[in-house]
Amino acid sequence: MAVAAETSTRTLVSRVQLNRPRGRVVYWTVLVLTLLVFSLVFLGPLYMMVTGGLKTTAEAIQSPPTLFPKKITPSTYGTAWTQLNLAQLLTNTLIYAFGALFFQLVFDIGAAYAFSKLRPVLGNAVLGAMLATLMIPAMVLIVPQYLTVIDLPVLHVNLLNTPWAIWLPSVANAFNIFLLKRFFDSIPQELLDAASIDGAGSIRILWSLVLPMSRPIISVVSIFALVAVWKDFLWPLLAEPSPTKQTLNAGIYSLSQGVPENVLIAASAISAVPTILFFLFFQRNIMAGLTAGSLKG
Amino acid sequence: MAAIEVLVSTTEPGPDPRRTPRRQGDFVRELRRNISAYGFLIGALLCFGLFSWYPMVREFIMSFQKQKLGRTRWVGMHNFNQVWNDPSFGQAWRNTLYFTLLALLLGYAVPFFVAVVLNEFRHARAYLRVVVYLPVMLPPVASLVLFQYFYNPEYGLFDHILHAVGLPTLQWLQSANTSMIAVVIASTWMNMGGATLIYLAALQGIPGELYEAAEIDGAGILRRVWHVTIPQTRLILSMLLMLQIVATMQVFVEPFVLTNGGQGVDNSTTTIVYLVYQYAFNFSNYGAASALGLLLLLVLVAFALVYRWISRRAEQ
Repeated sequence: MAVAAETSTRTLVSRVQLNRPRGRVVYWTVLVLTLLVFSLVFLGPLYMMVTGGLKTTAEAIQSPPTLFPKKITPSTYGTAWTQLNLAQLLTNTLIYAFGALFFQLVFDIGAAYAFSKLRPVLGNAVLGAMLATLMIPAMVLIVPQYLTVIDLPVLHVNLLNTPWAIWLPSVANAFNIFLLKRFFDSIPQELLDAASIDGAGSIRILWSLVLPMSRPIISVVSIFALVAVWKDFLWPLLAEPSPTKQTLNAGIYSLSQGVPENVLIAASAISAVPTILFFLFFQRNIMAGLTAGSLKG
Repeated sequence: MAAIEVLVSTTEPGPDPRRTPRRQGDFVRELRRNISAYGFLIGALLCFGLFSWYPMVREFIMSFQKQKLGRTRWVGMHNFNQVWNDPSFGQAWRNTLYFTLLALLLGYAVPFFVAVVLNEFRHARAYLRVVVYLPVMLPPVASLVLFQYFYNPEYGLFDHILHAVGLPTLQWLQSANTSMIAVVIASTWMNMGGATLIYLAALQGIPGELYEAAEIDGAGILRRVWHVTIPQTRLILSMLLMLQIVATMQVFVEPFVLTNGGQGVDNSTTTIVYLVYQYAFNFSNYGAASALGLLLLLVLVAFALVYRWISRRAEQ
């Protein structure tokens, strides 16, 4: 079906022009060149990363660099795993990512549902105040956020080195709420009214009516919530300074001094594996949600 | 595509849930609805309050304060004076603008060109899309560690390639002339997939008849790009320009990991946010860090206003 749709719409260059002998030659030349350049530019470094982690320290820093490891030493990966304590870093990152996902889903869906369907007094003003945070560049607030986390107002609790320092700030994501609210808005009110007449409370309506209908947008929000924590660098570096609490990103950065080049590359390769697998697995959903997620800026 | 529409369209209200006109006995029901609504909102409200709204106010207040030994005192404009007179201040701005300019050249224009070409292909599209987006998914430190390895002047891959094709080798990260360029190249590699795919989605929404008509009028490929492709994607083009400028002005991770802000290389990659980081976390001078952050915010807001003014005038 996709193929049929693609062939029926024309683009910059018409099919007729492409089907002429000269057009065909140009098309295939450009395509093959693009394939070569893209593979080289975008996969080449990844190849060097994986093979770099298979080299011995001496080979990793020899000049000129080798394309194939002369002596394949998978033990470099083992060394990286133990020396940089990657098991711990990986566990931490997983805990932070899935915890952030959980809290974002619970609180942001709740908020979006309230804004879209329950419409409380001052609801629009509150939503406006949330959306206004999108205008504030994230890096500008990093200092006061850090000070808030080390001494939470009123409670005077220090969240440093606890997962809460990553979980709770991740909830304050106006973009998620906005996306979810827009989607909830498209669910007909009559449906909710009918359920309400049947005696369903708002939690029940949310759980068995709104949520099942909102699967596409929830999967988009979820994927980007996980990826955001996985890719974040500065905040986890500040919020989880203890070596046993760090994320993969922050941990590899902090431990990178004095580690042999091949071990460091192997560690990077290991830290990249989960995201690459995740990407290949959820590729379709990510591509669909991308236009939404990456506009976060 | 749908997601773009979601973003572009303004928040128009949905159907009104207050289904029956207000009657006197409805007060209790209204109250109950409000209580349950704020029940659903409480988690998000607390998180926004603690980690967005309160820090915003605090940033502003702190920029007029000094903290010493646990005591806080008001110092008026002192922090602003201090950062203004810091010799790194001017350089950090120049570096940031230089990065933004180079990053836009590579990260804004090139993806558009790439997307226009990719959109013509009938084969291998899925592969090309996946490949170009793959680096976006990597943890940034993994990519940067790799690029640091490639940039090494003794055993790095890049110098080896330059040498192999007969070009002079470079010091990359170790020279004030090339360090920012090296940072931009790494940053573009890491990020260009996002812009490319957004452009691709936008290109797919252009009606083919427009190209048809332009072609009948005798427009060549370049003129079709100029008169059809660019006007048809103008909204996305201008939104991405805005977002990319705001994002690149806040660049931090790349110079921080690759060059440690250019320390030892004439501070050639010290950016504004890097300077904020230094004030706050190396010198514990939260006042100065807040003042500098506030200045960055002012510049970005001013930029956004000017940008909106220009785009409004362009529409008329």
